[in-house]
Amino acid sequence: MEIRILGPGCPRCGEVEKRTMNALIELNVAADIQKVSDIKKIMEYKIMATPGLAINEKVKCSGRIPSPEEIKKWIREEL
Amino acid sequence: MKEKKILLILIAVFLAAYFIPFSKAGVQNALMEAFLLLQEYARQHVIFCLVPAFFIAGAISVFVSQASVMKYFGPKANKFLSYSVASISGTILAVCSCTVLPLFAGIYTRGAGIGPATAFLYSGPAINVLAIIMTAKVLGYKLGLARALGAIAFSVIIGLIMNAIFGRKRNKELEENGFDAGTTVPETRPLWKTALYFAAMVGILVIINWSKGDPSITAWSFIYRIKWYIGGALGLALAWMLVKWFTKTELKEWTFSTWIFAKQIFPLLLGGVLVSGFLLGRPGHEGIIPSRWIAGLVGGNSLWANLFSSVSGAFMYFATLTEVPILQGLLGSGMGQGPALALLLAGPALSLPSMLVIGKIMGTRKTLVYILLVVIMATLTGLIYGAIVQ
Repeated sequence: MEIRILGPGCPRCGEVEKRTMNALIELNVAADIQKVSDIKKIMEYKIMATPGLAINEKVKCSGRIPSPEEIKKWIREEL
Repeated sequence: MKEKKILLILIAVFLAAYFIPFSKAGVQNALMEAFLLLQEYARQHVIFCLVPAFFIAGAISVFVSQASVMKYFGPKANKFLSYSVASISGTILAVCSCTVLPLFAGIYTRGAGIGPATAFLYSGPAINVLAIIMTAKVLGYKLGLARALGAIAFSVIIGLIMNAIFGRKRNKELEENGFDAGTTVPETRPLWKTALYFAAMVGILVIINWSKGDPSITAWSFIYRIKWYIGGALGLALAWMLVKWFTKTELKEWTFSTWIFAKQIFPLLLGGVLVSGFLLGRPGHEGIIPSRWIAGLVGGNSLWANLFSSVSGAFMYFATLTEVPILQGLLGSGMGQGPALALLLAGPALSLPSMLVIGKIMGTRKTLVYILLVVIMATLTGLIYGAIVQ
């Protein structure tokens, strides 16, 4: 599973990353997580606003900090 | 990269500690000014102004749906609506200053017309809700209002001009692709409830900061005398709304968002206050930089003063809210009201790093035109405002 956290590096994106990692640990799933901070690369995902969360190249959420439950739901969808 | 940064910081601190002439009276005085200004901020602005403002900012970022605002940005949307929404949406969409550029990139590539997109690009940092609140509180309501109105007016004008210059070619490309505003999260609350909730918070903020004002204006003084009763009543109303209309999870997310803002912005503001106090001193006192230099460069309301202000503002980087103590210091050292407004309008909206990023998104030509427009409009508005308040 490939997870990308999209954001220029502000604390909101950091929070998305933290929640995602916690979700992965709780579900006992391994994934390749990377932070994408370059604006051109973020634009390629066509999201409206950061922070953004993409799993297996599908954008699951953008513009807000998702709840831990939502993140777990999206991870399960992509298993 | 991180290790190199740490080394550079250590070297810089060492050099500062070695070379700064701490024994000189001027330096000692400047250091005292830095801490005296810090105390002034802590005592006068933090509890009643900054903290409520953080809560409001947190609420906006959690409870206001971005997509419902975005749908006004497409090229087919009603022009008047597009521009008006773009110009004030900065308050709602760009509460976190770091979101502005990615958001602009998003709406620009998603197909927003160049007019509304640049209007948003300008208004985002310029009418950041925290910044307007602090500007009004610290620098005075006149300047705060002028900043808000100026930013809104500007963003529309800049958007319209950019659209006039670059619009035709771009709109043709966009007609094919359409505009996707993103998915809306279903509203758990009717709009009027959200509106009342915000009205209560803004009301509390305004009333607890109600100043004594001019005793001869009876209505104002009357409100001042009962301000804590009004504040208390609004507080009770707010508490009732929170219990009745919001779930525990929502309240948790709200406080959490508020905390993120506070964590991020408060240290920056304090740093800005210390630097401003050291360099410029409190109003009426001297810092390291002699007031004569400031008054000479940007005093009065000349074209040069306003232009110099806007150009420096455009290039200088202002972390969120730091423009407030810096401007306070400059005004106290002799800067004119006009150049001050010019700096407020050009400063937060642009900086050298942000110019480079915008260039990557829009291309060099559009970016240069944009920068030129910002500087010209900031200068002009400063000149006009300076003439009015003189």
